[in-house]
Amino acid sequence: MSAARVGVITFPGSLDDHDAARAVGRAGAVAVPLWHGDRDLRGVEAVVLPGGFSYGDYLRCGAIARFAPVMAELVPAARAGLPVLGICNGFQILCEAQLLPGALTRNSGLRFISRDVRVRIENTATPWTLSYAPGQELTLVLKSGEGAYVADAATLAGLEERGQVLARYVGASPNGSAAGIAGIRSESGSIVGLMPHPEHAIDALTGPGDDGLGFFTSALRALAAA
Amino acid sequence: MTAAPGTPSPQTPSPQDTVAQAAGTPDRPQPYSELGLTTEEYVRIAGMLGRRPTDAELAIYSVMWSEHCSYKSSRVHLRQFAEKAPRTAALLAGIGQNAGVVDIGQGYAVTFKLESHNHPSYVEPFQGAATGVGGIVRDILAMGARPVAVMDALRFGPADAPDTRRVLPGVVGGISFYGNCLGLPNIGGELAFDPCYAGNPLVNALCLGVMRHEDLKLAAATGSGNAVVLVGAKTGPDGIGGASVLASASFGGGGRAGGGGPETAKRPNVQVGDPFKEKLLIECCLELYAAGLVLGIQDLGAAGVACATTELAAGGGAGVGMRVRLDAVPLRDASLGPAEILMSESQERMMAVVEPAGLERFMSICAKWDVEATVIGEVTATGRLEMSWHGDVVVDIPPRTAADEGPLYHRPATRPPGQQELQDDDPSRLARADTGDELRKTLLAVLGSADAADKTWVTEQYDRYVRGETVLAMPQDAGLIRVDEHTSLGVALAVDGNGRYCLLDPYAGTQLALAEAYRNVAATGARPLAVTNCLNFGSPEDPGVMWQFTEAVRGLADACLALGVPVTGGNVSFYNQTTDAAIHPTPIVGVLGVHDDVSKRLAIGFDRPDCGVVLLGRGEAEFGGSLWARVAHRHIGGRPPAVDLDAERDLAAVLVAAAERGLLAAAHDLSDGGLAIALAECCLAGGQGCAVRLPGDPFTSLFGESAARAVVAVVPGAEAEFAALCSSHGTPAAELGVTGGSTLEVVDCFTIPLDELAAAHRGTLPALFG
Repeated sequence: MSAARVGVITFPGSLDDHDAARAVGRAGAVAVPLWHGDRDLRGVEAVVLPGGFSYGDYLRCGAIARFAPVMAELVPAARAGLPVLGICNGFQILCEAQLLPGALTRNSGLRFISRDVRVRIENTATPWTLSYAPGQELTLVLKSGEGAYVADAATLAGLEERGQVLARYVGASPNGSAAGIAGIRSESGSIVGLMPHPEHAIDALTGPGDDGLGFFTSALRALAAA
Repeated sequence: MTAAPGTPSPQTPSPQDTVAQAAGTPDRPQPYSELGLTTEEYVRIAGMLGRRPTDAELAIYSVMWSEHCSYKSSRVHLRQFAEKAPRTAALLAGIGQNAGVVDIGQGYAVTFKLESHNHPSYVEPFQGAATGVGGIVRDILAMGARPVAVMDALRFGPADAPDTRRVLPGVVGGISFYGNCLGLPNIGGELAFDPCYAGNPLVNALCLGVMRHEDLKLAAATGSGNAVVLVGAKTGPDGIGGASVLASASFGGGGRAGGGGPETAKRPNVQVGDPFKEKLLIECCLELYAAGLVLGIQDLGAAGVACATTELAAGGGAGVGMRVRLDAVPLRDASLGPAEILMSESQERMMAVVEPAGLERFMSICAKWDVEATVIGEVTATGRLEMSWHGDVVVDIPPRTAADEGPLYHRPATRPPGQQELQDDDPSRLARADTGDELRKTLLAVLGSADAADKTWVTEQYDRYVRGETVLAMPQDAGLIRVDEHTSLGVALAVDGNGRYCLLDPYAGTQLALAEAYRNVAATGARPLAVTNCLNFGSPEDPGVMWQFTEAVRGLADACLALGVPVTGGNVSFYNQTTDAAIHPTPIVGVLGVHDDVSKRLAIGFDRPDCGVVLLGRGEAEFGGSLWARVAHRHIGGRPPAVDLDAERDLAAVLVAAAERGLLAAAHDLSDGGLAIALAECCLAGGQGCAVRLPGDPFTSLFGESAARAVVAVVPGAEAEFAALCSSHGTPAAELGVTGGSTLEVVDCFTIPLDELAAAHRGTLPALFG
């Protein structure tokens, strides 16, 4: 069986595309570069939207990226079940594209935060978290200026009710996220948005450990089982 | 596709001062002194040209002959860096290029440089610091390298001063904003406070770039008929020095049309940065390089188009000229005239020399990255730099006269009158802590001082992880970047400087800055290889400041020769002074080292118990300029610690060999605050305490700042081999105790729980800055 192909989209201003591709490779898949300007997913079986400042974060984080030509292909594919992981700016883009509910806003401390954080995996019924145990705690890297998750009360209640809260910060929320939310999933589970970066935690030499690799190995297992 | 010319000005261009007019009106007064040129310099320009300069030419010379661009006060001294340079085959490009390039083996080369952005950062901290990062990154990009990391050295006024609360958060925010948006990890630096920096903060930014040997690019225009292409942002009225002069009627009438009075004509003289544009520019240039489409390239920083055109043309060698159509430069403000276009410091621009056959591909790559590119001229074989404005010739000069033949000054330098008294004011007379309790209190006070305090408040705003190659970052002794994932080759970088030491003795103080950076690099296990510097001083017109400068340069050049590490480039920042009060002389020295296997890197933290704690080097009662004297007594006087470069070299050899053989669990250099601060930092960074017995007088052992020292944790079982290694290099090694537990215990003196240590260390900056 040939290795799974996982796409990593590069928007102008994407920064962690390189890191996401490396994590995909470490997990054993083939990272396929996807270009924002191409209406082409190149036959990939899953997609990562990496961190960065797509289009300079002009207007609002992710607000312009959602109109990129590649998104015209991605949005229907994601709605049809293609596994998608949006990290940091990628999470913001998924919210702007209305593939995930809510929004990411300015950190409560008003400053950019780059910090190793503990998060607890709350839901493992997604192609991106099935390798983890429910309640498992991980050390990942939070690095964002607009990482506070917000949504109206009904949406938040719905997320909790349906098990859509994917991960929560352990202890006090570092950025003012509602209910300590670090990541959420779509109702179907195939679309995941995560504020902290798992791709920076795949090797103790260059990150706080390798706790993040599980997101990428999960995707491989999910694809193999599909 | 063909290169589109720039947007034509919607206005009728105002009549410009042309070369023909200049020849015909030799006596027309020109505002050279408002532009910062002396009468002698103006006369010299006219002599070189055989006529008065045009307004546009005057603009070129005024910026190119400025202290900032021409190094006119410093060049005669900086020559020592080349004259005394140790022989090395590692230097692929040296002083004079945008940045030095060093061979690190396996076909890789790295380029690195420090540059100041002090003055803009005081006027507008956020944008000043942001564009400082942007500028140094373009210098590195212009060498053909991919920028891979940044660092910064910062100085501010007293930490509790109200203005510091304006300047520091702005500067840190600007560095954070620009560097983070570029996707460059910030891997370290330093931060210190002193009243002398209150009106003159220092913002020195460093960038590191990596390339293959064959990727090296130079700022040289070659090949008559090749196109000169301006790449990147449109040109606007940013950072034009003396813009109000340029806009005035007496300056040719080519400035603002339809503007208001002088107030509305004033232009911001601090540039505004757009890191998103720069990120695209980086990726675009790297793709252009990879496609082999760039023959020569220069970044646009200080002096903008004036600098890039003159340096590219002059860099091409004798006989090379360039013809430029200034009206082809794409403008953000259509009212700009030729002089303003030449002087504008709009950010995120590069100038490339491209063969006509490659132009179409060049333009399509730029279009892919949404980067604007415009042919504004071509290389010629006339040896002249000619520029036109809507058909009129407004510049016609030999490019070398602006780029390389600026004035040279031998400014008077005399030892300042108070220097002897300062050195005689020895700290030995100061009251010292004596009892265990007093020593304990002193340690906590020094550790909690703004200079020694934990800098997380700052560094937490910087992305250290992006690109996935950061092996070490702050608060480690040096940053360490992996260059090759498969071979584990890496480079370490440290920047250091100590204004107090340099005030007391600029020669020794600068050598100590080099020694500290050298030691810091070695403490990670990397072999120190090359040096960059940023020399921050007061006014060169003050003979006392000039003496400090000459002593500092001489000290650095001598020490580089002794340590066998060449200076590859650097930057001088003068005029860091408010009225009569100059800053402490503050040369910042950056050292780059090669790590053959980054998986064997040493970090500062005591992260496991039962390791032997060993102090390397020899300690004396040296307190001149020490952090203790400053914190406990607000005292600066005496002499800085003695410099022993042989001992530094031996210590570095021990650390590198010990890392390679896996003998150590941790290593940390001793600097400000001595052993006391080093031990506290080791414990806090790794989470393990230690119990140590001091080798001599407790106060001297704890707070003395003798150089050429480090503290290490020896892996259990490796004690004998490590002792033999130290002895083979003649490095004194004193066994102090062992790691473990949850306290820092100095036997027979005091015990401090790590929680209490952490509270003292980590509480200071958040309490000051929120």
